[in-house]
Amino acid sequence: MRGIRKSFPGVLALDNVNFALYPGEVHILLGENGAGKSTLVKILSGAYQKDGGEILIHGQAVEINNPRVAQELGISIIYQEFNLIPHLSAAENIFLGNEPEIFSGIVDRSQMSREAGRLLRELGVQFDPRTRVRSLGIAQQQMVEVAKALSVDARILIMDEPTSALTESEIRALFSTIQQLKEKGVAVIYISHRLEELFEVGDRVTVLRDAKYIATHSIRETSTAELIRLMANRDLKEHFPREKGELGEEVLRVEGLNRAPLLKDISFSLRQGEIVGIAGLLGAGRTELARAIFGADPIDSGRVLVKGQPVRINSPVSAIRQGIGFLTEDRKGQGLILVLPVKDNIALPNTDKLSRLGVIDSAAKEKLAQRFIHDLSIKTPGVEQKVMYLSGGNQQKVVLSKWLAREADILIFDEPTRGIDVGAKVEIYQLMNQLTARGAGIIMISSELPEILGMSDRILVMHRGRISGEFSAEEATEEKVLGAALGQRV
Amino acid sequence: MDLKNMLILYARQFGTLIGLFFLCSVLSILTPYFLTVSNLLNVTQQTAINAIIAVGMTFVIISAGIDLSVGSILAFAGVVLASALQAGWSIPIAILIGLATGGLCGTVNGLLITFGKLPPFISTLGMMSVARGAALVYTQGRPISGFGPQFRTLATGEFLFIPLPVIIMIVIYVLSHFVLTRTKFGLYTYAIGGNEEATKLSGVNVLFHKTMVYAFSGLASGLGAVILTARLNSAQPIAGIMYELDAIAATVIGGSSLMGGEGTLQGTLIGALIMGVLRNGLNLLGVSSFLQQIVIGSVIIIAVLVDAALKKQGT
Repeated sequence: MRGIRKSFPGVLALDNVNFALYPGEVHILLGENGAGKSTLVKILSGAYQKDGGEILIHGQAVEINNPRVAQELGISIIYQEFNLIPHLSAAENIFLGNEPEIFSGIVDRSQMSREAGRLLRELGVQFDPRTRVRSLGIAQQQMVEVAKALSVDARILIMDEPTSALTESEIRALFSTIQQLKEKGVAVIYISHRLEELFEVGDRVTVLRDAKYIATHSIRETSTAELIRLMANRDLKEHFPREKGELGEEVLRVEGLNRAPLLKDISFSLRQGEIVGIAGLLGAGRTELARAIFGADPIDSGRVLVKGQPVRINSPVSAIRQGIGFLTEDRKGQGLILVLPVKDNIALPNTDKLSRLGVIDSAAKEKLAQRFIHDLSIKTPGVEQKVMYLSGGNQQKVVLSKWLAREADILIFDEPTRGIDVGAKVEIYQLMNQLTARGAGIIMISSELPEILGMSDRILVMHRGRISGEFSAEEATEEKVLGAALGQRV
Repeated sequence: MDLKNMLILYARQFGTLIGLFFLCSVLSILTPYFLTVSNLLNVTQQTAINAIIAVGMTFVIISAGIDLSVGSILAFAGVVLASALQAGWSIPIAILIGLATGGLCGTVNGLLITFGKLPPFISTLGMMSVARGAALVYTQGRPISGFGPQFRTLATGEFLFIPLPVIIMIVIYVLSHFVLTRTKFGLYTYAIGGNEEATKLSGVNVLFHKTMVYAFSGLASGLGAVILTARLNSAQPIAGIMYELDAIAATVIGGSSLMGGEGTLQGTLIGALIMGVLRNGLNLLGVSSFLQQIVIGSVIIIAVLVDAALKKQGT
């Protein structure tokens, strides 16, 4: 792949990226969240269209316009979230869209089972190919995915975080499968965050950062420290206007929070006027932690104290009563009701203040929305505009208004600036400053390291459901935070 | 905004109203009897019951649900009401019993959907059969007939020459419109239909409000039962068959989105009138009842197709 470019509205996802793959090698693709790894492999597998650059296979330029073309070229991809149909058998999944036929339209079931059995045996797994996928374990399901890829004679196999859900022994089995594939001349692109694995399974590694190609090294000639440096090193060009103030009383304390298997023994505290940043990789349990504190998901054990008092938070209703506000990571899916106007979205958590005997005071509702449109300079034609027509930054301001109107003093921001352009980002940061100056405490979950480093007073790092590191703003560096996020001992 | 977009916007806002006028003009040309006062009163009177049931359906559909059991609940509430009257209960008490029966069936729907986590389609489909069966078992399949003239006044009475069922319908629409647009309950109904998860995370007790939406739909069916029983002077266990079709059609023709979060009661009322005028017109024209089903089904499909096309254009 040469000079690959791809942009999405508002972001450049890949900027002139080069990538070369040889038969029989395992090539690791490494980079932070959002570095462009997934976009690159999605272009190769036909899920996205590139905007520029070229793809050559055995020296021939090819246009991969859709997944079908990729399949014909022998490119298969196994996503982190499997694409299997739970109600169908392993054999049916393996041959879906590609069934052996007795004659046109009539599936040859016995041949299908036989072939599926052969493929699975070659992968060294033992189960009946007629088993329904939903009754298989995760590792077995993954083998079904691998078999599916091999059934179409894949020459290039892309694996996205293949070990994230596997146990240690299952990982062993997967690695020996990958070894077999290599011997057959299959080229594997392997995406993973687990550095220790890479040295075991990989031959070469390519690092991407901020949508750019950084370097390719042979695994034998590199080290963990060098890889972390390559992933993290960047110029801090974005502006983080954090204004530190006096820290006040403790507003929130979490003690020994557990929620199997996602959260393990989480304890931390938050003070008035403080921004605590929570860093970590996708799936480290950050959003789960936020949802647990907010009462959106049940917890197994542990307790939460608000302003020194132990409280029972078992639903968002009780969290809101304790003055907690939650700006969800998935703005459109969980934060807003897109088909409703700005004023109704802002009113939703505030109806108790806007209504008497269940009747909403329309004028007050409109005034409330007007006030926040003005205070937060939300760009909208008016309070009646449906939020689906607003830009990402303005949508985020509407979500923020919901909680500001409630005068919430414990705010959880989950990826507050995702998908927002730079100008609006700075506005959101300034709002965070104003909030802490007024005495609110903010928990900010972010996958953008510069944001974490630039805006937090204190940084917690999560790795596989645990807090794996804690740093003050002064001592934190990209290397330290990334190292903790990757599970290195601090 | 150019002319084309203006026309599209206009068509989206007033499309159903234009459709209703168009339908009325065509019918008044085809049959001179259509535009007589007595026929128009007749149409509104016939529309009233469906229009009232469609109020409940509108709340349900705005909340991104569906209620298939309205017709069966109407039949069950009707026979319970009738037997209460015949047992000698006073008229207001008997009416309350009928309404409560409808509300109770609706509450069961709601609980199955919220706490039982059933899809609305399934729970109300089940209720459609259970309530119908209950009406048949309760009456052993026979209608309960003959009530005092006082009770029948509900259907036959007039106020300022307007039939009482029409007045009841108007009152219900005004009240429900207020509830839908001005109260927490209304806002939550839109919000739940627009995005249930976001609504929950905004601190709204989604389970309770969703249950209430279905209870309200059951209540509307109960009110439909009161009027129908008074009009026929009889409660039939087989009353209200296919009423869910008319109520859903009125709601959807009126612009509510089956995806939830969108819809108005003005729209639903016009939708109900379109259904009523269509049935009335086809009767006047002597179209066989078999053929009528084809025409009505087609009108529903075309109305929704046009609405979808306009929505696609107008964004």
